[in-house]
Amino acid sequence: MASIIQEQDIRPPEPISVLAPDGSLRPGAHVEESPELLLTMYRWMTFGRIFDTRLLNLQRQGRLVTYAPVSGQEAAQIGSSLALQHEDWLFGTYRDGLACVAHGLPPEHVILLFRGHPKAGAVPPGVNVFGQQIGIAEQIPHAVGAAWGMKLRKAQTAALTLFGDGATSEGAFHEGINFAGVLKAPVVLVCQNNGWAISVPRSAQTASETLAQKAVAYGITGRLVDGNDVLAMYREVGSALERARTGQGPTLIEAITYRYGPHSASDDPLRYRSNAELTEWQDTRDPLLRLRAYIERQNMWDENRQIALEEELRAEVAGVVTAALTEPIPAPESMFEQVYETPSPQLVQQQQELRAYLKATEKGVTFP
Amino acid sequence: MTQRNVIEAINDALTLAMSADERVLVLGEDVGRNGGVFRATDGLIERFGEERVVDTPLAEAGIVGTSIGLAAYGMRPVAEIQFLGFSLQSFAQLLGQAARIRSRSQGRFTCPLVLRAPFGGGVRAFELHSDSLEAHFVHTPGLKVVAPATPYDAKGMLLASIEDPDPVIFLEPLRRYRAGRAEVPDGHYTVPLGKAAIIRAGSDVTIVAWSAMIAPALEAAETLADEGIQAEVIDLRTLAPFDADTIIHSVEKTGRAVVVHEAPKTAGVGAEIVATINERALYSLEAPVARVTGYDVVTPVILEDYALPSPGRIVQAVRATLNT
Repeated sequence: MASIIQEQDIRPPEPISVLAPDGSLRPGAHVEESPELLLTMYRWMTFGRIFDTRLLNLQRQGRLVTYAPVSGQEAAQIGSSLALQHEDWLFGTYRDGLACVAHGLPPEHVILLFRGHPKAGAVPPGVNVFGQQIGIAEQIPHAVGAAWGMKLRKAQTAALTLFGDGATSEGAFHEGINFAGVLKAPVVLVCQNNGWAISVPRSAQTASETLAQKAVAYGITGRLVDGNDVLAMYREVGSALERARTGQGPTLIEAITYRYGPHSASDDPLRYRSNAELTEWQDTRDPLLRLRAYIERQNMWDENRQIALEEELRAEVAGVVTAALTEPIPAPESMFEQVYETPSPQLVQQQQELRAYLKATEKGVTFP
Repeated sequence: MTQRNVIEAINDALTLAMSADERVLVLGEDVGRNGGVFRATDGLIERFGEERVVDTPLAEAGIVGTSIGLAAYGMRPVAEIQFLGFSLQSFAQLLGQAARIRSRSQGRFTCPLVLRAPFGGGVRAFELHSDSLEAHFVHTPGLKVVAPATPYDAKGMLLASIEDPDPVIFLEPLRRYRAGRAEVPDGHYTVPLGKAAIIRAGSDVTIVAWSAMIAPALEAAETLADEGIQAEVIDLRTLAPFDADTIIHSVEKTGRAVVVHEAPKTAGVGAEIVATINERALYSLEAPVARVTGYDVVTPVILEDYALPSPGRIVQAVRATLNT
């Protein structure tokens, strides 16, 4: 197979994009996606923005132990996630709840994750989401391994893993992508380069001009994509998944995007980046406004529909929040149950000790 | 003397060490411009510059691995890992390399690095942000493991760790970072590694604890005092090498002991302490030595109040020991 790595695909100045930031079509670009799909994308991104705002507020109220906001990255996540087929597997992180939900994870699980509730990890059967990884880059080799298994089993599926720019510094990224190349595993690695790993800028993370170009050294396809252009993301991830499914090997996609909020609820972005940088992204490169401008121009959208959608999604999110917050705190004894398939004698004894202690003290714990 | 909390005491120690010795440098994720996620390195980059306060790439194995090279070459790296759980990604470098540089080279090369990391739960942090992994390090020949509980010890032991010729894992009590201020001398002083402190004298039972477990141990001791039970509380402070003599002398006096730690019970540091008591003071014992520990589980955050050793569980264990 001839190399499909194109130098112009992975080097600046211009990431691949379909829509310009003002929602106009790039010269020579066409939109062949159906109106239904465009509206589905827009609905999901709007859900993401509303869900995110609500969860950050919940954290501020003390109802979540922490929270990692997604606002600004909706196109990168939704473009990636909607490109998946139902049988494909998704390996994302604590910040990728939106992508996970769009691939079938009930949104309550995202809230429960940030409540420290063990049910968060109990992904329902039939949903091909491998949880939300907390350790940086740790899920990348997992995705490669699952894809390797798909190849061994001759499954017509692929694995997708999401991670951030900081993750590309971790050994797990390099080991994972190298395995992917060597094994020609049907995996797509999507790096959401949001510019900042907590306080450390992309420029301090690697001396490489782009992250996409790292694909070259590992012998796989690399693509540099405008991560705030949901159509570009959908097409590039979709093509990469199709290449993966048809035995043409893995792809690394660098999605250029931006995180509007803090890394997590406990940091103050103004300590390390300027407010002007944030507002520049919000005002001129917002992923929702970009697609909205396009669909409005196509007479598929207007202010009334916008108001109705926001109202509908706010109600939906309110229902999800209520369901998650009323999820009962599990019985303390349950913490011993999923350590092994069969609890060890030590665990059984410790469980009995805790039961006896709780009975003796009538100790109860409340959680905000 | 200035009133400082643990995080301020650590910041003060780093400032003093960097001022006194230009070989000392601080490196880690977000330690520079952001001043550390817990502000331990706040202000250092302004004072000492980007060459000595380094925002590294996001790579724990890289942070530890390059610290080994820096240390072997003659620098004095003080590396920060944001949460001890993230050190898991650097275990090959810590356990397989840093710990063995001296013995592998028969003393030709040494590894005087310090790895600082907050550890333990109790602040509602989620997975990989609340682990107590000290046993892994204590079980690794060549590493020193330090776990102070107070602002005074944090400063004095961090300075001692930076001056120590061997690699030191410096474990900071996350939950106690801002738990209160205490008198901390302004200038340079050290608290020797390997020496425990008897922080409460008593004759009936010995309670051994460290780091964030000191507070519940002292609270338990107060409760027990109301019942007429005088507990002697030992802050172990250094876990490797640990001060067996102080424990043994206390147990020879009290005849009873309870060891408290937050880490899982099985093969925890408590097991080593109990075994040492059995080896050296068995005939002084009036009762089996008890352990109050975390359980052998990955605790869901929402249930962590049930899993962390509490004053109530310590009191119960002491009573059981006395009633044997």
